[in-house]
Amino acid sequence: MSTFQIDFGTAEKKPRIVGIDLGTTNSLVAYMDLTTPRVIPGPDGDKLVPSIVSYTEAGEMVVGNPARKLLINSSERTVYSVKRLMGRGIEDVRDELKLFPFRVTDNSDSVIRLLLGEKTFTPPEISAYILRQLKKNAEEALGEEITQCVITVPAYFNDAQRQATKDAGRIAGLEVLRLVNEPTAASLAYGLDKRQNGVIAVYDLGGGTFDISILKLHDGIFEVLATNGDTHLGGDDIDNRLIQIALEDIQSEWGEDISTNGEAVQLLRRAVIEAKEKLSFELAVTIELTYNGKTYQREISRELFENLIRDIVDRTLGPCRSCILDAGVTVEQIDEVVMVGGSTRVPLVRQAVETLFRAKPHCELNPDEVVALGAAVQASILSGDMQDKLLLDVTPLSLGIEMMGGVVSKLIHRNSTIPASETEAFTTAVDGQRSVLIHVVQGERELAKDCRSLARFDLKDIEPMPAGMARIQVKFLIDANGILNVTARDVRTGKETSVEVKPSYGLTDDQVEAMIIESIDNAEEDFKERQLREARVEADAILAAMDKAKQSDAWKELEEQERAEIQLAMNQLILAKHHQDYVLILAMIERLNNCTMKLAENMMNSAVQGALKGTKI
Amino acid sequence: MNCWHCENPVEELFCGFCHSLQAPPSDFFAIFGIPKALGLDVNDLQARFYKLSRVLHPDHYSRKSDTERECSNQATAKLNDAWRTLRDPVARAEYVLSLEGLEVAEQKSKDVPPELLEEVFEMNMALEELRMGDASARPALVDAKKKFIGLREQIDLGLANLFTRYDLTQDRAILSEIRNTLNRRNYIRNLVQEVEKELV
Repeated sequence: MSTFQIDFGTAEKKPRIVGIDLGTTNSLVAYMDLTTPRVIPGPDGDKLVPSIVSYTEAGEMVVGNPARKLLINSSERTVYSVKRLMGRGIEDVRDELKLFPFRVTDNSDSVIRLLLGEKTFTPPEISAYILRQLKKNAEEALGEEITQCVITVPAYFNDAQRQATKDAGRIAGLEVLRLVNEPTAASLAYGLDKRQNGVIAVYDLGGGTFDISILKLHDGIFEVLATNGDTHLGGDDIDNRLIQIALEDIQSEWGEDISTNGEAVQLLRRAVIEAKEKLSFELAVTIELTYNGKTYQREISRELFENLIRDIVDRTLGPCRSCILDAGVTVEQIDEVVMVGGSTRVPLVRQAVETLFRAKPHCELNPDEVVALGAAVQASILSGDMQDKLLLDVTPLSLGIEMMGGVVSKLIHRNSTIPASETEAFTTAVDGQRSVLIHVVQGERELAKDCRSLARFDLKDIEPMPAGMARIQVKFLIDANGILNVTARDVRTGKETSVEVKPSYGLTDDQVEAMIIESIDNAEEDFKERQLREARVEADAILAAMDKAKQSDAWKELEEQERAEIQLAMNQLILAKHHQDYVLILAMIERLNNCTMKLAENMMNSAVQGALKGTKI
Repeated sequence: MNCWHCENPVEELFCGFCHSLQAPPSDFFAIFGIPKALGLDVNDLQARFYKLSRVLHPDHYSRKSDTERECSNQATAKLNDAWRTLRDPVARAEYVLSLEGLEVAEQKSKDVPPELLEEVFEMNMALEELRMGDASARPALVDAKKKFIGLREQIDLGLANLFTRYDLTQDRAILSEIRNTLNRRNYIRNLVQEVEKELV
């Protein structure tokens, strides 16, 4: 046996892995261009794809900027900020659903279902449409099929929210090789040419989520010491605050409650966001709404704005303090603070961070892009192109099981480096008991009812035995994506015991599978469709060039047999063009190219190359 | 043990013949490649942790076979669990005790260590007063907290001493002594936590 390892795979081109930032407000896709991460713009040239999906009356799915336009006139069929609904139960989001223009079906299911027109969609399906758009943008820009990716999630996302994100990837036809925490990804983008060693804090305030992470950097290892956050805190809350005030004003000025009018509210939302963004640069702005011939105007000074949102900004500080404590560092030991997320453009946010950390925060990289850039770096690490860097992330929430009396026994504590595992033995309570139900929760509270229910795991097919005799060893493992895997083994027989998972919030495997079958076919169709279109365009260009070449002297100089051969190849290409198979068209193009070499040579020699210039002949 | 891939005998984490990553050992010391000991150099352990992370982490196996990916997942989890446990002297001692079949009592037993009887009684009185809204009990509690923290530090010094003695002699009697000390330490730790909760 040879001790040399021969890797036959290197001869083949490795498929590219892209990095995706699936944001509350905007989504981006990036790739590694040799050593520099780059964001890939969409066909409209915009790097940010608004995370908006609209199901038109014609039954078409529209994503991004075109969907944003439909937000006004077709608001009840258009979804935005769907990230806030990922991995959540209907009770969690009842309050904020009031602010959304779209409706939700009433059912007792564990998943929220959005009603757009006559069809219902789960949040992972809506996210999958956004992912599919990003996949398409990347494929068009890079000219290759993309099937693997890294997706970023808020560090404070729980298991269900992570699983929902992974499901979205699967539904979109993407293998999600890794879920990376957004602040950690951002630090990768920042750390590229920066300090080799030190402690950094990443403050990430996005459209709908807030994260704070503290990392230790040393020789290419990015080790997260602690993380904290709030998955329901972000720019959306600032917008909603301003909208609420404007709605009250309008009610008293116009004598009309427009809060249930989707179109008016969306127009107002747009006006408010514009005002908010301007307030980062100006000291006063005017919010203006014209609707049904009536106009509402209100000037807002930056001072008033800051007073209105101060409590929202302050809500980020508690998690920051806890995080510093958990990381076991002092404020003085933190060398740098990095700002991520569009909401960190708000001057009050920067001020608050500067005061807390006693250091001027870094804002050099575009806060909208830095997470996607970091995702591309992580993709490059996974592809094996960047072996010197390594991310060691942590789980944001403690994992425990519900014991007798509803008390939680913690198995894996928060801020444990992942993957992390713990083994626990279970037994039966009744003679002949065949199964044991384990309730797994996530959170820091003492009682299971105060924690987040994650799933119920049913250990099945236990050998019937007297009570307390069975010994089932259960292994809880949180993987590098922050997702729990549970396996069980019967200690007596040494055999794996089957575990049935009932997620508390989210889709079962079968449901995801059904969605994939329903939608992936379409996505693959799309890809083939595009390849076919491109192959036909190329065929037409070559055929046109050939028609010209046939007028030339070089053509006449060919042997009779050579001309016949070329004519045959041309006819075959014309035939192939009418078929739906792009592979066949490409093969015929290749064949025509091969038999026209001499012709091209002749033409070059007779200096009449103009006709063929720029074609592949 | 034989390699899952080439079936040659294997003793290390990586097969000496085909270099495939193997399922990790169950022992925390073994994954670090160090002998079982109560006293160890945490800096050395940290250096080993980073070095092993670089070769075991799932990031480097995303394009390998399912078996190797799973081995990486399990081995890294084991490494992380081991690092979390062994870097902390108390957790490390509890782990060694469990390996030797000497479990440390989970939550505090109701029995107060006799030499602490008086202090604990006084502290409980002060806690009760504070809970009833009597802020004048606060200074006494601050004092009590300081005292218990001092006591805990004293215990830690004693533990370090016991660790060295056990590593030299492998005498099980010392292990039982360590277990009793750890139980006492847990009791004091809980007291400190209780006081801290009330003082916030």
